[in-house]
Amino acid sequence: MTSEKVVDFNEVVIVYDNFPAIAGATFCVNAGEIILLQGPNGAGKTTLLRACAGLLPIARGDASVLGCDLRSDRSAVRSRVGLLGHANGLFQDLTVLENMSFWSRLVGANKTDIDQAMDAMGLSGRLSETPVAKLSAGQRRRCALASLIVRRAQLWLLDEPHAGLDAQGRDELDATLRAARDAGATVIFASHEIERARALATRSLLVTAGTVKTA
Amino acid sequence: MKKSTGRGRVVSAVFIKDLRIEARSRVVTNQVLPFAGLIMIMFAFALDNDDVLQRVAGGLIWLATIFSLFVIVQRSFAIDTDDSALDSLRVAGIDLSAVFLGKALALTLQLVALDVVLIASAFLLYQVQVSAVGIVLLVTCVTCATTGLGFVGTLYGGLTAGANGRETLLPLLLLPVVAPVLIAATRATEAAFGSGGAATSEGWAWVGLLTIFAAVFGIGGSLAFGPLIDE
Repeated sequence: MTSEKVVDFNEVVIVYDNFPAIAGATFCVNAGEIILLQGPNGAGKTTLLRACAGLLPIARGDASVLGCDLRSDRSAVRSRVGLLGHANGLFQDLTVLENMSFWSRLVGANKTDIDQAMDAMGLSGRLSETPVAKLSAGQRRRCALASLIVRRAQLWLLDEPHAGLDAQGRDELDATLRAARDAGATVIFASHEIERARALATRSLLVTAGTVKTA
Repeated sequence: MKKSTGRGRVVSAVFIKDLRIEARSRVVTNQVLPFAGLIMIMFAFALDNDDVLQRVAGGLIWLATIFSLFVIVQRSFAIDTDDSALDSLRVAGIDLSAVFLGKALALTLQLVALDVVLIASAFLLYQVQVSAVGIVLLVTCVTCATTGLGFVGTLYGGLTAGANGRETLLPLLLLPVVAPVLIAATRATEAAFGSGGAATSEGWAWVGLLTIFAAVFGIGGSLAFGPLIDE
């Protein structure tokens, strides 16, 4: 594991509808870490994850992700991160395999990558031909995670990734995140399932009222 | 590490995805086509005069097309925003102008299919006639007009995709912008039909205007779509 900084936020302020959702966050994440973001609802965890993905403008402070300055060009980082938010980002009328094929085509992944991702999330076989609209909430979450795996991001940003998953799915997700870390990726995830999340994380950060502290 | 993705591959992936979803959900086939057909029939009842109907057939075809455009554009972006797939597209780090082109092409193809049905219904309901030269003009007019509507519809669909009240905002914003298409396509179609004694040759100038409109919104949309989606 190297100590290269993957995320470096210094006094970062993010304004949302004239409200400072993040008010002076300072923290670093090093390569190969699995970081748990803890905190109550509305504390700014989702905002922080979306900012790291280059989706939100930085109002003040210095912010860099994977060496890209988010203040000067936040779109540059996007091809190198994978974000799974509260929604799954799937097309309901397409089957699991069609969704996977679409996302893999966009990022230039091949069939082997798709097969491996679907195997990792237990989506092979008959499930792969099922339209997403007919899947359970947990199966949709697995499909979203599989489409994230296929992107081979350097930084994984996950908002409540365990939500909706059964016990087996949670174990598979944890194994997938550890495997991603072992392959060189860095993971930041928000979770309210503290016990499981702490066992998975290498470090925890506490997000409260738009600020970030070491938990 | 992700590989760089070719623009053409993104265009084709988005194009195929949108058409595949339409083929699966059949919203255009089962809802938009009957809606457009009903507009044509209602006009026939309302005007109830063959001479008048033949004279205004061109305008009715393009009015029905534009009303249907609103529904198709809303649908085209609903599939991307329902489960926040649009956010995933933004984070995928792909060229969003390629997404614009893919969606615009899929929209254009659906509009062409719609216009084929509307023109056929005009022949059936309004007894319009067209010469061989008129057919060439009509095909060119439909191609240029639907391409322009595809571009402008995708641009404004993207603009309103994340807005509150987008269902009502889209027609409000889009209707004034597509007015030149409505006028030019109507005049060109009237020339193709020979409505009111119009000569076919009179239609080509209007097709020129449709081509310019399509080019402006094709280029402008490619440049503006990414920043609009990002905001």
